Amino acid sequence: MASRREARLDALLLRAEIDDFNAAYAAALDEQRLSDWAEMFTEDAFYVVISRENADRGLPVGLIYCDSKKMIYDRAFALEKTTMFAPRYLRHIIGNLQVLGENADGGVRARANYVLTQVLYDRPEAKLHQVGVYYDVFRRVDGLLKLAERRCVYDSLLIDNALCLPV
Amino acid sequence: MNSSSGNGNGGTRGTRADAVLLDRQYVWPGDLTEIPDWVYTDETIYQREVERIFHGPTWNYVALEAEIPNAGDFIRSNVGPTPVVVTRAKDGSINVVENRCSHRAAELCRELSGNANELVCPYHQWTYDLKGSLIGIPFKRGVAGKGGMPRDFNQAAHGLTRLNVTAHRGVVFASYRADMESLADYLGPEVLREFEATFDGRKLKLLGHYRHSLPGNWKLYHENLKDPYHATLLHTFLVTFGLLVAGNRSMMLTDKSGRHGVMASDKSETEVTSDAKKEMRAYKEGMQLREPRFMDFVQEFDSSWSVTMSTIWPNLIVQREMNTLGIRQIVPNGPHEFIMKWTMFGFEGDDAEMTGHRLRQGNLMGPAGFLGLEDNEAMKFVQDGMRRVPGKRHLVKLDPVNEAGTADTLISEAAIRAMYKHWRAEMGL
Repeated sequence: MASRREARLDALLLRAEIDDFNAAYAAALDEQRLSDWAEMFTEDAFYVVISRENADRGLPVGLIYCDSKKMIYDRAFALEKTTMFAPRYLRHIIGNLQVLGENADGGVRARANYVLTQVLYDRPEAKLHQVGVYYDVFRRVDGLLKLAERRCVYDSLLIDNALCLPV
Repeated sequence: MNSSSGNGNGGTRGTRADAVLLDRQYVWPGDLTEIPDWVYTDETIYQREVERIFHGPTWNYVALEAEIPNAGDFIRSNVGPTPVVVTRAKDGSINVVENRCSHRAAELCRELSGNANELVCPYHQWTYDLKGSLIGIPFKRGVAGKGGMPRDFNQAAHGLTRLNVTAHRGVVFASYRADMESLADYLGPEVLREFEATFDGRKLKLLGHYRHSLPGNWKLYHENLKDPYHATLLHTFLVTFGLLVAGNRSMMLTDKSGRHGVMASDKSETEVTSDAKKEMRAYKEGMQLREPRFMDFVQEFDSSWSVTMSTIWPNLIVQREMNTLGIRQIVPNGPHEFIMKWTMFGFEGDDAEMTGHRLRQGNLMGPAGFLGLEDNEAMKFVQDGMRRVPGKRHLVKLDPVNEAGTADTLISEAAIRAMYKHWRAEMGL
């Protein structure tokens, strides 16, 4: 009995930990702290923002396609230092978290829905900029959860002009 | 009266009450070095463009053959704003038909792509074969002798509207005109050579799509790729990391008609002069990428250029940005907006490493690309500027010794002027 209860507690703790992670992830992006965002990945991380159209058909092209933390860092650096786009506020709402299971190497599979809103300074409305699902693999590095994989699969195929900041 | 006279740059608008005209005429103001705003913002001009350009004597990109390899394969596409379906029929032929049922106008094909034996309108099940012939009308003779279609209804005359089709090296084009010149003649020898340098005979492998709207006039997209001036100024990513600088070997080619263009550059190892550095505000000594290999160029083409961007009139961009390859299809949606459909590809025979390289390099382009998102933003700014401070003109005066045509300097707008020479002739303006 006790061990079953412990297993359930472990599952709840893990779920709470991933929930916290996602809240911190959203906050880093919403506040446009992109270097902090890049630090949330493992060195060998895979990060892609891919349309549901491509994902469903097994086509690999992503809006953003990084197969290492170095590329994620370069993305953060380029957006902060070189890229020109109109100022804006983005807000990530992450919900419907499901912890799906554990891989043989200890990686934890999870998924969560996300909604990304965008506000331009000269318009009153917060527009739904992107809607999708994160398919994730988390791993512990020095005790802390990091993303070894985040595949952001978006439903909103027709992007409103540009995706200027990560999802 | 001349709608833009007196509203030029620096001019005063005056106090006349009839500044907003109900019955306007369109008179181009002066030479090609100034473009009036109404070219980009006027609904009537836009309607005329659909009629005279997209539905006129042009070859419009509609698909890659790699998207419809098998009999029965189809994709939704567009010719100008007009929705069409591109199909591969049983006999292997490629067909382009309007996506509008001849019965009650329903846009019948709703899937982005698929495979089917026939096209069936979901509303009343009127059925067409893959070439667009009307092959089935439910209850054509009514029920129990009552109702049904008229006896003299000519079913053969009521298929889906079919367009003229041509394909070259796996790229499919359509035209509303039956009397079109060959694609080779349409492109001209120089643009055809660049086209064939990218589509070099290897079989294409589809890697995926991007789709985005862009709140600007569709012609701005052509102009952006006939404007090599912006490349080292807007795209600070390229300059910051020393990847393209003013002084790289480059060319802005236009065909004889002025409608097509190829912006070409070579990622040669160039010493950046201190003069050039001063002009490029973004240039920063010693900034480096942590993963610079994504910018590598693997030489795989019979061409002296590492980058070519071909603008093929009226709706196609062929991107060969080193090893990231793609089609961009312009779908205009009124004067103030267009939709862009990107189709990224590699080649059959690419190994996993080469495909990975193409995908990584893809970070440069598309609606989230380091360069791509900047282009989209810049074009939005242009349309915003015209809508909010209307009735003026654009300046395209760079490189005045070259009125219109091919330029061997990046600091030129001669290719934009060449495009408007053609546009004005087609539009009768």
